Amino acid sequence: MSTMPTGRTVQASRERDRPAPSDQAPALPRRRRVGGGGAAPYLFVLPFVVLFVVFMVAPIVIAIVNSTFSSQSSGLGFGGASTVFVGVQNYLRAFGDRDFLASFGRVLLYGVVQVPLMMVIAATLALLFDSALVRAKRAFQFAVFLPYAVPGVIAALLWGFFYQPSVSPLVQGLQSLGIDADLLAPGTILWSVANVGIWSYAGINMIILFSALQAVPSEVFEAARLDGAGDLRIALSIKLPMIAPAVLLTTLSTVIGTLQLFNEPQVLQSITPNISSDWTPNMAVYAASTLGRDAHLGSAMAVILGVVTLAVSLLLVRATNVREGGNGR
Amino acid sequence: MSVVDQVREASAPSSGTRRRTVGSGVDQVSLGWTIAATAGVVVASIYFLAPVVWLAIASTKSGSQLFTTPGFALADWNLWTNLENLSAYDGGIFWRWAMNSVIYSVVGSILTTLVCAVTGYALAVYRFRGRKVLIAVVLASMLVPTTVLAQPTYVLLVNLGLNNTYWGVLLPTLTYPFGVLLAWIFAQDAVPLELVEAARLDGAGEVRIFATLGLRLMSSGLVTILLFAFLGSWNNYMLPLLVLTDAELMPLTVGLTGWNQASITIPSLQILTVVGSLLSIVPIAIVFLTLQRFWRSGLTAGGLRG
Repeated sequence: MSTMPTGRTVQASRERDRPAPSDQAPALPRRRRVGGGGAAPYLFVLPFVVLFVVFMVAPIVIAIVNSTFSSQSSGLGFGGASTVFVGVQNYLRAFGDRDFLASFGRVLLYGVVQVPLMMVIAATLALLFDSALVRAKRAFQFAVFLPYAVPGVIAALLWGFFYQPSVSPLVQGLQSLGIDADLLAPGTILWSVANVGIWSYAGINMIILFSALQAVPSEVFEAARLDGAGDLRIALSIKLPMIAPAVLLTTLSTVIGTLQLFNEPQVLQSITPNISSDWTPNMAVYAASTLGRDAHLGSAMAVILGVVTLAVSLLLVRATNVREGGNGR
Repeated sequence: MSVVDQVREASAPSSGTRRRTVGSGVDQVSLGWTIAATAGVVVASIYFLAPVVWLAIASTKSGSQLFTTPGFALADWNLWTNLENLSAYDGGIFWRWAMNSVIYSVVGSILTTLVCAVTGYALAVYRFRGRKVLIAVVLASMLVPTTVLAQPTYVLLVNLGLNNTYWGVLLPTLTYPFGVLLAWIFAQDAVPLELVEAARLDGAGEVRIFATLGLRLMSSGLVTILLFAFLGSWNNYMLPLLVLTDAELMPLTVGLTGWNQASITIPSLQILTVVGSLLSIVPIAIVFLTLQRFWRSGLTAGGLRG
């Protein structure tokens, strides 16, 4: 569900203000708290538990187990391949693969530029929509949000047309101005892919930040306004800090999405030789599993990517916790 | 579990009533700021709209005029011919893909919503053994990167003999922990335990209480889950790409990107990819924008609660 990077965390915020379920219980007959409904609750959660075990737990176990095996063809290649335990050999191969390591560097560079840029765009638009400066907000918000309704893959196809000199109105327009732009060159392709990401997801992030801004009580900055603070000052030093949790959370999910980058470069790959089949870590997993016909190596790469993603998420969560703690909460 | 706190923190920064922004402080606003802000928003809107506008215009051109006429200028009206060619190509495979996308999205999102609804309802209404573990697992699993699961899921599906089938694409999408979390929150809000108790005293069974009372009370929240699940399935790409080899089973995303790739050697496919992309956007845009009120209220609800 990488196309909804941030919605999930903010929706969950309702949880915050509601009393824990056990707090509600005193109003109820005591016996209902323990096991009311007999077997019903177990029956009710069964479908999810089964799905969860089969499609989340099992794949993780499979990936880990698979990554420690390797198929070795027997001599002439006729007798079929046999699978043998190889321990950490696949991991050593993955770490020894320069292209695989380079793909991590690439998404890191991509993330360092794309994530802050998109957050600035989303936050600026959210603040503008929250201010009294802009009229016809609904229409403009519609325009900004529309790309979210475009599937990520189709967005990549669409921008692909904007990047190909033969059809691109963008390249042609720049040419008529005397600028010779190659948006698919080795040096620019990373930013062309980043642009697709910004285009697709800035809208939903804007909506989330805007929702958070709408919840800031007006008394908070009416006082500042009476003290003579301008709109810009209020936006930057009052509104923005107050929605910091929402900003951090949208950032977190965007970072996770960046590490998983797959759809956009995979699609753009067909129009440029400058995107290799292992351009991002996730593409390397895919390439090893399909093109390389080595699912075992692919599994090892998937495990590495999963661990890195988890580590980065936890680090970010930790970092934001520390920072908020420092604010004397 | 610090993640939980983060999740709880999300958008409601403080308590207080919801604020109306329209018109507040208009008098203090200088004309210069208004012009600058409006200009910024207009530029942003052009950026976000331009590709979609281009797509709509390009869809009306012939395959050759796509390359010879300026991108944002209309040329000869060729939309109907394009649609005919699109429908005729490869025995109408495009509509097969469209139907597959609809099947994956409609069936997938309805089943996902039901699974989430019944689980969230159980978490909110009953106190049972393992409940806390289940909640912890749901929250923790939101940190598991889903696309990383694609490859091992593919291996699993091959072992189950489900690769290259409808179920192979459908079943993994039904596992949606965030949906469970949402349903749990919605159920806590919407289903009063007194009402459940009253229904019990009337002799209704637990399943019937859920089906007649629970689902109805949770319905507005469930629309949000339905929409996100629908969008997730409609956008699904990596898993079907891995799982499906049979073109007859592919969704639009996989089919259209395949055409885009093939258009290097078969140029006539380029305009068909353009028209096909436009057609693939239209339904989801309509669904999402007309139901805006529902999912937006879901997003804002965190703030509204105050």
